[in-house]
Formats: sequence, C-alpha cells, structure tokens
Amino acid sequence: MAVAQPTPTPGLDCRKAWAETLEGLAATDERIVVVVNDSVGSSNLGGFQTKFPDRTVNVGIAEQNMVGVAAGLANGGRIPFVSAASCFLSARALEQIKADVAYAGFNVKLVGQSSGIAYGELGATHHSIEDFAWIRALGPITLIAPCDAWETAEAVKWAAAHDGPVYLRLSRMKVPTLDLPGRAFTPGKAELQRAGSDVTIIANGTTVHLAMEAAEALAEESVSARVLNMHTITPLDTNAVIAAARETGAIVTVEEALDRGGLGGAVAECTSATYPVPVQRVGFPGFMPTGSIASLFEEFGLSREGIVSAARIAVRRKGA
Amino acid sequence: MTHALKTDNSDALIRDKALWMRQQAMKMVYAKQLGHLGGDFSAIDVLATLYFGVLRYDPARPDWAERDRFVMSKGHATGALYTALCAAGYFPQDWLDTYMEHHSKLNGHPNRQYLPGVETNTGPLGHGFPVAVGIAIAGQINGADYRTYVLTGDGEQQEGSNWEAAMTAGHRKLKNLTLIVDRNRLQQGARTEVTNGLDPLDEKYRAFGWDVVEVDGHDYAQLLDTLGAPLGTRDKPLCVIANTVKGKGVSFMEDQAKWHHGVPNAEQFAQAMKELV
Repeated sequence: MAVAQPTPTPGLDCRKAWAETLEGLAATDERIVVVVNDSVGSSNLGGFQTKFPDRTVNVGIAEQNMVGVAAGLANGGRIPFVSAASCFLSARALEQIKADVAYAGFNVKLVGQSSGIAYGELGATHHSIEDFAWIRALGPITLIAPCDAWETAEAVKWAAAHDGPVYLRLSRMKVPTLDLPGRAFTPGKAELQRAGSDVTIIANGTTVHLAMEAAEALAEESVSARVLNMHTITPLDTNAVIAAARETGAIVTVEEALDRGGLGGAVAECTSATYPVPVQRVGFPGFMPTGSIASLFEEFGLSREGIVSAARIAVRRKGA
Repeated sequence: MTHALKTDNSDALIRDKALWMRQQAMKMVYAKQLGHLGGDFSAIDVLATLYFGVLRYDPARPDWAERDRFVMSKGHATGALYTALCAAGYFPQDWLDTYMEHHSKLNGHPNRQYLPGVETNTGPLGHGFPVAVGIAIAGQINGADYRTYVLTGDGEQQEGSNWEAAMTAGHRKLKNLTLIVDRNRLQQGARTEVTNGLDPLDEKYRAFGWDVVEVDGHDYAQLLDTLGAPLGTRDKPLCVIANTVKGKGVSFMEDQAKWHHGVPNAEQFAQAMKELV
C-alpha cells in the first residue's frame, strides 16, 4: 500500500508535527495503529483517537505490556507506533524493546515523547537522558532524534514506510525550524548545517539550533566551525564523522542526554577506531537536579557559551 | 497442506506425535547435555494436541496471515517446541541434530528469524503473553478469524507483565485468545506454592475477566475439547489451567524440580528411552 506524503505545515511545533503527520499517514494506510500507556494527551494523540478510535490501543499504565502488545500487532500485520514518555518507554520496557522488538525484528515504531529533560522540574525519575545509550546498545533499532518540526514530520513519514524497528526520540520543547535550501531527510546521513574547517560541532535534537548559534559566535573569534545535524545515532554516519575528524581536526558533540553512551559516545568510538582527534562531549553528567529546561541547559553547558567553550578546548587540544 | 481440525483419529495421532516428540527431545538433550526436559515433558501433550488437532496452519506458508498462532511463552522448553514444529513440517528432522550447536537455528531459546513457525522470540519469562495479546488485538481490529494460543509456565505467572497482559485481554474481551498455563506446580528451585504461591489461579483469572477451565494436561480428549472450540463460542478470553506433571513420561524425572534443567547420563538415557515406548 502506498504511504501518503503529507506536506508539513510551516511553523508547527514538534509535537504538532508528529501528531498531524501520523494522522495524515493513518488516513491512507490502515495498517497504522498507535499503542499508548494512558498517554493519548501527553502524546498529542487526541485527534488520532477521535479519527481512529479502533486503531488506538490504550493498554493503560503498563509499559511492558504496551511494547509486547505492539510486537504482537506487528505479527498480526499492523504497523504499531508506540507512543509514551521516553523515560518510561525506554526504561520500564527495556527488556521488551530488546527481546520483543530488536531481537525479534518486528516492525514496531517506538516513539519516546518528552525526552531529555523536557520534564525538568519533575526531577530525575522523569528525565530521559539515558535513552540514547540504552537504545543505542540494541543495534538493530534505527535511533533518530529530529531537530525541529520539519525533521520530525520527515522522520515520522520515513519510519512508517521503513520495514523494521525504529526509535524516534521526540521533544516537547519549542525549537526554531532550521531554514536550509533543498533540505532532505536521509536516515543515517548527517545533515550539513554549516560548513567549517577548524572544528566540527556534531549535535542532534533540541541542540542543533544551539550549535548553529555557537558556530556564529565562534566565527567572530575567527574559528571556522562546521555544524552537523546527526539526527540518526544508529546507524551512525561514520563517513561524516571521519571526514569531520580528518578535515577539521577537532570535534564537539552536543546532546540533550547523558554525556556518555549516546551521540558523543558513538562519535568517540568512531574516531578512536579510525582517525583519532580531540572529542569534547557536551551533555549531562548523571542524575540531574530539579530545574527549568532553560536553567538546566544553562548550568550544564547546553548553550551558545557552553558549546563555544567546548570548541575552544577541542581546538586547543589539537596536536597536544 | 493446511492442517485441519479434530478428526476421529485425532487422539491416536496426537498420542503418536507426543511420544515421538518426547523421544526426540530426550535424544537432543542427551546429545547436547543441555536443555529443560522437565518443562518440555509437562508441555508436550498440550503442544501435540495443538499442532495435530487444533491449529489451522500451513508449514509451507509460515507467514500466512490467517494462520492460527501459537506463542510459546516458556521459551526455554525448546525440546517441546522444536519437536512440535518439526513434526508439523516446518523444517526437516536432521535440523534437530543441531540443537544448540554453534550457530544452530535451534537456539537455546526460540528465534523467529532463525526458524519458521516461531511466532515471537521468547526466553525471558513474561514476554510471550503480552505479544499474544497484541496478536489477538490485531485479529480483533482486522475482524480476522484466526485464533491465538499462548502457553506459559506456572512459575512464569509470577512475572508481573503477565498480569498486565491478563488485564488488557479481559478488558478488551479477547474471545480469540486462549492462555494455557502449564500447571506442573514446580519451578526451577522449588514448588510454586512454596516459592510465591499462585493458588487460587482460577479465581485470579476470573477476577480479571476471563473464562477458566481446568483440565488434565495429559488427557488428549479433554485438551481437544477445551482447546478446539471454534471462534464465536465465548465472549471472553479463555484461561486453561492444564494440570501437568513435570518430566511426565519418564519415571525418575516426574515431579522433580531438579529435572527443570537436569540432563540424563548414559544410564538414565537408556532407562528413559526404554520407558518412552
């Protein structure tokens, strides 16, 4: 069955882009169902539920069952999108994601909502900063963190059409839609956001626009920073990483996640095995205190200044 | 060919198949000195009944959308599952000789990407039941007429994910779903009722919105009657508590926790094969 390709509406936030794109796809592909853990509202799926009540499977607050049921729906010929807060989806159901989805190879789409520190004030139980590391450890799952509303819509469309397990790590943060001419979303292929030759900033998700701001600030110091939007962690675009290492000699990684095991870990593994260069990882060190998104981003260096500082260190370490 | 449902000869056919499955499982585990014979032998009569008197399937088309599904949630009982799938025609008998060998398709726990006829990967307990619920929901949404069967161990019922699945199935009135609990009353370390008691299991399932039937899990006539019911005869999911004997069919293995993953020595193997006739 052909999969619809609805055009994303400009200026949508990521949650709207996710929900409206999925509704558009579901209108033309009846295999699509959603599986939720009492998360219709928090996933912005009220519209989907109204339009497709029989295709909204709400198992209640039961994440292990939610992922197992999704695998069974795939066995029965459906394309399930499991949508739940990323902290509960990735952690509570990790063995189901491992055994029932990744290892069994079912065509299940896992959608981690409100990832990272979107629930800043709610504390570390509700932060989802470990999800990159945990899901990345389960090889066969394509792991994507879109950076804006446009890319969120593209990733949802691609996931629906792709035959295999996918984890979409979405955010509820409002981020600017990046404006590039002729933009195309290709999973596993980094998007060059800005050319540069002295250092490469590799970011994904909510931090790409911060990386762009940092690159502009660095230009004022006559540091030429390349910016790569590494929306796909698995499979990693190793060619882009190696080219960045070879051509710019220093790398900064930025992610709204734990500073190990995720994007930074993947890049460091790649460079250490191929073309070792300094890699400075910007991310969170561990269980996070309570705070607003803005205050926590600021404190832990997910900011223009924090990324600039990491880039200066990376450049200084060249040849050291 | 597509296997048909119960016939006048089902009882004798199932008896023959179950004996063959026990013999083959005993040989596989003896040869490899690895396996879970106790739980294989408690479940084999249920599996033989399903594959030779109940399920609608076609081994030449393992992906046939309208097939009845059987999910082996107690994935460690590969001696039962692999011999059943082999007997059902999903793969040739010489594959059984590779049981748990280096890179064998007959993994220590079943993998659907290695073997045709395996509906989902199991091994960690409490996984197959939620997947079976998902299969049944797909059937409900699709208006399909296939039936879904899932077998769990009784000790396995201690995993909380089963109760999440039971709640969903009861809530959604999944009349196309049958759960079979292999109630041999032994888990790896001790009796279930000593470890973390399950009784009254029937009342638990009734309270979760299920029909419940208790059967002798080694009585083919009872199993055929209970498991063979066509769609449309109930309006709830069905829990079949199959009272079984761990290690059934080999005198020294019966009702012994140590035969959960015990393996026979040469003398025990000879004795067992003498009894399995």
